[in-house]
Amino acid sequence: MATLARLQGRASIIENQYYFRNSFVDKFRKRENDAAIKIQSWFRGCKVRAYLRYLHKQVTIIQKWWRGYVGRKKYQLLVKIAYYTMKMNFYNAMAVRIQRRWRGYKIRKYCFNYFYLKEYLRAVSETNDAIREALKEFAEMKEREEKKAELEREEKQRDHQARKMHYLLSTKQLPGIYNSPFSKEPDPWELRLQKAKPLTHRRPKARQKHSISLHSWLACTSTRSFPRSEVLPPINRKQCQGPFRDITEVLQQRYKPLEPTLRAAEPMNTLKEAREDLRRDESMRNINNNMFLPFSSYHKNKNYLPLIHSSSKYGPDSCGHQHFRDENPKKWISDKDFQTVLPSFDLFSRCGKLYSKAGQIV
Amino acid sequence: MAAAFRFRSVARETRLHTGASVPSRVAAAVARSAGCLQGRAGCGAMSQRQVLQVFEQYQKARTQFVQMVAELATRPQNIETLQNAGVMALLRPLLLDVVPTIQQTAALALGRLANYNDDLAEAVVKGDILPQLVYSLAEQNRFYKKAAAFVLRAVGKHSPQLAQAIVDCGALDTLVICLEDFDPGVKEAAAWALGYIARHNAELSQAVVDAGAVPLLVLCIQEPEVALKRIAASALSDIAKHSPELAQTVVDAGAIAHLAQMILNPDAKLKRQVLSALSQIAKHSVDLAEMVVEAEIFPVVLTCLKDKDDYVKKNACTLIREIAKHTPELSQLIVNAGGVAAVIDCVGSCKGNTRLPGVMMLGYVAAHSENLAMAVIISKGVPQLCICLSEEPEDHIKAAAAWALGQIGRHTPEHARAVAVTNTLPVLLSLYMSAESSEDLQVKSKKAIKNILQKCTYLPALEPFLYDAPPNILKHVVGQFSKVLPHDSKARRLFVTSGGLKKVQEIKAEPGSLLQEYINSINNCYPEEIVRYYSPGYSDTLLQRVDSYQPLT
Repeated sequence: MATLARLQGRASIIENQYYFRNSFVDKFRKRENDAAIKIQSWFRGCKVRAYLRYLHKQVTIIQKWWRGYVGRKKYQLLVKIAYYTMKMNFYNAMAVRIQRRWRGYKIRKYCFNYFYLKEYLRAVSETNDAIREALKEFAEMKEREEKKAELEREEKQRDHQARKMHYLLSTKQLPGIYNSPFSKEPDPWELRLQKAKPLTHRRPKARQKHSISLHSWLACTSTRSFPRSEVLPPINRKQCQGPFRDITEVLQQRYKPLEPTLRAAEPMNTLKEAREDLRRDESMRNINNNMFLPFSSYHKNKNYLPLIHSSSKYGPDSCGHQHFRDENPKKWISDKDFQTVLPSFDLFSRCGKLYSKAGQIV
Repeated sequence: MAAAFRFRSVARETRLHTGASVPSRVAAAVARSAGCLQGRAGCGAMSQRQVLQVFEQYQKARTQFVQMVAELATRPQNIETLQNAGVMALLRPLLLDVVPTIQQTAALALGRLANYNDDLAEAVVKGDILPQLVYSLAEQNRFYKKAAAFVLRAVGKHSPQLAQAIVDCGALDTLVICLEDFDPGVKEAAAWALGYIARHNAELSQAVVDAGAVPLLVLCIQEPEVALKRIAASALSDIAKHSPELAQTVVDAGAIAHLAQMILNPDAKLKRQVLSALSQIAKHSVDLAEMVVEAEIFPVVLTCLKDKDDYVKKNACTLIREIAKHTPELSQLIVNAGGVAAVIDCVGSCKGNTRLPGVMMLGYVAAHSENLAMAVIISKGVPQLCICLSEEPEDHIKAAAAWALGQIGRHTPEHARAVAVTNTLPVLLSLYMSAESSEDLQVKSKKAIKNILQKCTYLPALEPFLYDAPPNILKHVVGQFSKVLPHDSKARRLFVTSGGLKKVQEIKAEPGSLLQEYINSINNCYPEEIVRYYSPGYSDTLLQRVDSYQPLT
């Protein structure tokens, strides 16, 4: 019973203690549970993270390889394109060089020859100078001729004047006008007068009958030149014809073309002409006018006429068919023909051995 | 006795006066039977003589009238009076007169009247005189033929209608018959008349050719008389000028060889006609020109270019021009024969309208190809054309010279440089801008400037254009600068120092237009500072900057 009293005395404490001990454990339990949970969760988290890390690493490796692969492919493509471009540029540059040379050559050879043009222009300018010279000479020559003709005309005129003025010549008694005693020398006209033959009066020409020939049209209009009729024409002369028909009608009638009848328009010998035509046609086509005789007995008595070509003594020429050279044995120096000699090989001459006697080391 | 003496003297008188058979027989009969037949025979002789005297007086009067009219008709001041006095109506019956000399003088007078003006010529046609003339042309003597041909020529020369009237009355056949006459004067008159008829138009020429005149004219050319040769050559020239078929007819009659021979003849007027005939033949087609050239006229024709007579020179230049204008080969032939130099000298020695064919010939030759243009340049053609352009007073010659210069300069930069060096471009520009020039001259000078500028790379000649030119030409000038400046450093320097860059900056151009592009390409040739320095208003902007600048203190 003591225990029970003790227990009962401790009962409230036991209660409290029981409660406290239980709740204390609970408190700790919660704390520990929480701690355990925390630890577990942390650990789980670590596990998962480690797994994820592992996954990431693997994925990185895969991606790395994949990206490397794809990049390399692109790079190779780039390199290929760059190489191709480089090649094409090179080819183009070379092609441009070829084309440049070719175009220059073509233009210079076939289209435009610069030096020829220069030469041509020089020749043209030389011709021009020559022509200018020639024309200048021609003009000068013409001028000289004209001046000469002018001088001659003047000379002739002065001569004529001197002949007309012959009476002004000075005589022994009396000096003439041009021979003044006060001047040292006589005037040149004086000398001219001395040289001139005096002009005689024109003798009256015998009056000829009126001739029809006159030198100019104006002479015809002067009164004296008209040939007058001797007697007046009779009064009852035939009247002048008129009024006139229209000139076109007259000409039409005069120049009307011939309109023969049908019978006259046909030529008479059409039949003969047709026959001639036919004969000509046939003879054009036929080589042999003889009638064809089928059996050889018909030709028995006929002699065979060979071709002229084969029956002449000159015969068909064998030159050009059988042999092609004209040979004249009389002109040959020796009777032997040419010998074919092979030249030596350089190789064998190095070795000292020769195939033929020609080229032997002397 | 006294009566017999009187009758005998009368008989002698009548014999002296007339001398023909009938009255002398009458007088002889009178003298024989003087004693017995006093009254009756004497009276018959006397009245018959008086009657005949009346007729004689009438004839004398007619002759005198017609000769006076013919002489008065030579002076132009009398012709009006004659016309008002009704001379046509009086002359017409005299053409049908029985006395041949009166006929001839009447025809001559009619010819002179009709020659003066076309009213009188029409009056001749309307008065139905032509059929009678034509009819009697075939039968009368040569004086009448000459006079009648003169009338036909005088009528036919005024207008095509009158010439057609002559053709309608059938005069062509008779004129052609006259061409076969022996007398050279008749041939000349007939050929002249045919030439004047054929001059007007192609139908009349064709009518003349159909009448068979051409072979006879070619025969006339070969005659020794110079006047006849002249007229025949001029008639052939008038026939051939209308159409290629007519020219071919003339050529087929073998005219070219004879005409070519006559180029050497010393007579100036003949040479004029011959050269004119050859040029009328050659102008129609290439074949005809080649035929003329084959007659070996080069280089003989070039001597005609040095002749004293201006018209011979002009016609020779015309002939060469007509040959040169067809094909480049013919031009080349002329150049190879030295023709260009001769023509240039000829152009230098002539003045006025006689220069025109020469100038045109140079233009045609240069137009064909650049080699020929270069040949013209080295023959010293360009200075001559410039002289022509500046000296000549007439606009059409200036226009021709401008056109020729344009043809020379348009081929390559070398050619344009050759033209620009002679300082013609300012002259052309002034002609284009001046208000007095005719429209044709303005158009041609503008085209010439444009053609030359598009190829010109000679910058000293282009610079004046920057200052004076109107906008449409300025565009081309600036374009040329923009082509040359990017490649030539010396030119760039010169451009700046001469003030050209400054001027270019001052040009106002619409943005996006061709002019603006050219200006931009010029500005790209220079560093920016220089462009800005020369842009207008730069000094103002600098001053503004000075104003707005705050010093650092």
